[in-house]
Amino acid sequence: MSFPILSSLIVLPTIGAMFILFGRSSSNYNSAKYISLFVSLANFILSLYLWFAFDKNSSDFQFVEEREWIVNFINYKVGIDGISILFIILTTFITSLCVISVNSTIKTRLKDFLVAILIMETMMIGVFCSLDLVIFYLFFEAGLIPMFLIIGIWGGERRVYSAFKFFLYTLLGTVLMLVAIISIYWMTGTTDVIELYEIGINTKYQNLLWLAFFSSFAVKTPMWPVHTWLPDAHVEAPTAGSVLLAAILLKMAGYGFIRFSVGLFPVASEYFVPLVFTLSLVAIIYTSLVALMQEDMKKLIAYSSVAHMGFVTMGIFTMTPQGIEGSIFQMISHGIISAALFLCVGVIYERMHTREISKYGGIVSVMPRYAVVLMIFTLGSLGLPGTTGFIGEFLILIGTFKVNFLVATIASLGVILGAAYMLWLYRRVVFGEIKNMEVNKLVDLNNSEMIILSILAFVSIFFGFYPDPLLSSTSASVESLIDLFNSNLKIYAASNL
Amino acid sequence: MINLDLIFPEIFLSLAILFLLMVGVFKKNSERLVYNLSTILFIILLALVLNLFSIEEKMIFNESYKIDPLSSFMKSLIIVSAVFVMISSFPYLKSLNILKIEYPILILSSVLGMMIMISSNDLIVFYLGLELQSLALYVLAAFNRDNVLSSESGLKYFVLSALSSGLLLYGCSLIYGFSGSTNFTYIANTSSSIEYGVIFGLVFIIVGLAFKISAVPFHMWAPDVYQGSPTSVTLFFAALPKVAALTVFIRFLYTPFINLIDQWQTILVFISIASMVFGAVAAIGQSNLKRLIAYSSIGHMGYALAGLASGTNQGIQSSVTYISIYIVMTLAFFSCLFMLKKKEVFYEKIEDLSGLSTNHPILSIAMLVVLFSLAGIPPLAGFFAKFYIFTAVIEQSMYFLAIIGLLSTVIAAFYYLRLIKIIYFDKPKEKFETDHTVGLKFTLAISTGILVLYFLYPGLLNEVISKISII
Repeated sequence: MSFPILSSLIVLPTIGAMFILFGRSSSNYNSAKYISLFVSLANFILSLYLWFAFDKNSSDFQFVEEREWIVNFINYKVGIDGISILFIILTTFITSLCVISVNSTIKTRLKDFLVAILIMETMMIGVFCSLDLVIFYLFFEAGLIPMFLIIGIWGGERRVYSAFKFFLYTLLGTVLMLVAIISIYWMTGTTDVIELYEIGINTKYQNLLWLAFFSSFAVKTPMWPVHTWLPDAHVEAPTAGSVLLAAILLKMAGYGFIRFSVGLFPVASEYFVPLVFTLSLVAIIYTSLVALMQEDMKKLIAYSSVAHMGFVTMGIFTMTPQGIEGSIFQMISHGIISAALFLCVGVIYERMHTREISKYGGIVSVMPRYAVVLMIFTLGSLGLPGTTGFIGEFLILIGTFKVNFLVATIASLGVILGAAYMLWLYRRVVFGEIKNMEVNKLVDLNNSEMIILSILAFVSIFFGFYPDPLLSSTSASVESLIDLFNSNLKIYAASNL
Repeated sequence: MINLDLIFPEIFLSLAILFLLMVGVFKKNSERLVYNLSTILFIILLALVLNLFSIEEKMIFNESYKIDPLSSFMKSLIIVSAVFVMISSFPYLKSLNILKIEYPILILSSVLGMMIMISSNDLIVFYLGLELQSLALYVLAAFNRDNVLSSESGLKYFVLSALSSGLLLYGCSLIYGFSGSTNFTYIANTSSSIEYGVIFGLVFIIVGLAFKISAVPFHMWAPDVYQGSPTSVTLFFAALPKVAALTVFIRFLYTPFINLIDQWQTILVFISIASMVFGAVAAIGQSNLKRLIAYSSIGHMGYALAGLASGTNQGIQSSVTYISIYIVMTLAFFSCLFMLKKKEVFYEKIEDLSGLSTNHPILSIAMLVVLFSLAGIPPLAGFFAKFYIFTAVIEQSMYFLAIIGLLSTVIAAFYYLRLIKIIYFDKPKEKFETDHTVGLKFTLAISTGILVLYFLYPGLLNEVISKISII
């Protein structure tokens, strides 16, 4: 048996967290910082190694580990394919950045914060590589605990309200998924995802099961109309929390849609395409309009996340290679860009202690470096060619045009709206005259902020010009998923004749 | 020749009770001695019970007393938790000045009663065991006799419990009258045809038992008694009698009345749903921690009964798993309560927890684990307890029960989260003493450890429980 690399990825952060939790620490928490930095970077390097060792031409699950867990019932099974590998790298990458940026953004109870972030990392990696429904559920739901604490302890004024809203909304969604998972077990005798792909689930029950999974993923994505927890949670979460939330947590649901909804319930997925398209379109148009009216920078970005995730769900349910690959790409891109945007907001929030857009204006003259960096990410977010944002949206729209012309046209309008609110935000914050005297006192980015943001900018532009490494790792798996989908539909159609 | 080996633990316990009573009476100031001796006694008793673990199924006394994996497991569960109850509540009793020789002896007698209940295969034996444990509990509830609330709770428990015992006895006599025997096995052979008298008796007994485990709508005594009794007794109440009553529930429904499953399943589903929903909703407004845990335990009993309602071996096993994990959670929760102490005063208001995490980080983490586990969030043990229950329930396609149950976990999560919010998000208020006894720390460490690490080897408990098969 080879080295259990995925399990090490999963447990390493938790081990680090235990060291921090039970180790003695000095008042400035240096040891805690070093431990978390070490652990998160080690995990990042390990995941990069995983990427190199990964066979891109195979659509099979690789690095599979299987162990008996609950006898005669559930096996602990993890493994990755082209769909999950990118999410794992995104997770380790963003967590490392969060740990590095923590110095400037978290003032109180730093030790607890690092513990929460590291445990969160364990849960997120677990979600992306579990190949058993119950194991997936465990990680999916366990992630609620650290996130609840991150929002509740380090958030802003209405933190308690938003932490509760976040927790209860997601819990409500996931308990229905639990019922569905147990029902699947009794129907097929297994919860192993690979086996379930082969066996297939009785088409009679697929619609109900699909809805149960959907209720959980829709809350987490979040899709309109259950998206309302997101702006609240974001606004009140600390910068590092927002980054985790936007960059990775939302992707768990997108990943779930691809892996479970489409993979396990092809017939139901086909049946519910109109529903998903409608909700996605509403999300794209409606939340973009809402974003236009926001006074609060973080809220604006949060609504833009909802709109971007609308593109993602739309792309997934086109069931075309372009659509699904574009969705994966868009999720990775959104992970990087929204993380960067939240960090950017965090930078000026640290200096001015307000997120209100009207308090700013004319920053370009005092913070030129900041203005450039923010420009890159603003353009990335609205999907300018040459950034990752463009490639994701472009592929999704190509996929959608293939399937439904009307939906694609309306969604394209959403791209315009996206450009409108992002550019307007940029104009109001960066350009114009300095109205608020406080702005004069602002200091430009310091070195550590500059390093973090330039790494993100580099990644965003690099993959914007050269998306091949990302697309080529996903394509084989996506194609096999679509083959599976189509063959299932054919069988179903044949049986109905 | 009757094989007395099988009932040796009970005989040993009865003799030991008498012996300890003599020690207490004839030796002055022997409270501590008796207390410690009875703790040791529990450990010996545990060894004796474990000794019987390999027995498949044996009956003695004209088939009225039964030793099988279920009885051995439940007895060991009761004794283990009794050990932890003893060692964790010692400092509490000392501070309240209610450490008398009667206290450990009453606990021992009540455990004896429970052991008899657990093994009973006959209505009369079962009733004897039940009354022995209840009588000891009435006195225990009122043990802090200078305290009005404690006396009130003792009296309340006595009156209501006597009423339920009356109902139970009435049910027993109806069943005897219509089936001609008090023996479970014998009744099973005669009650295949539906006779209304038997069904009436069955319902009366279910009501009596539901009262003992405080399931809705027979839960009214629980909040007051939990709040009024000394905390150590509340811990005892919340944990041990429920195990015994649940075992009787299993035996009673699945041995003599398995043929009438269509009749009692509906009742059980109703009681279960009502308890889950009521436990979740009513706990929201509480401000006293003991009262809150009373409502929470009502809810938890609802889940345990949901497993029983499924009517399969798997359902029984899931209920047994549930009650085992529930006991660990209860122990952990009360160990935390015992630690909220300052200058010989124990705090039990929810606001007293405010900002606990700043002053007592380790205690807060333990609380966090317990509360999330009670709420049933993975990967803590409380989740698995619910998971097994719902697996068993859904196997029988009882989706309605499963969905209502899971939705009420969402409602229940709200008040557990409220406690976590008070502990973690609010401003620090009280600073409690930190010098706790080793026994208390040990109990908390072990129970929280089990809750956190259960997911690594869920098979450990499953293996033992999978031997239990009634049908």
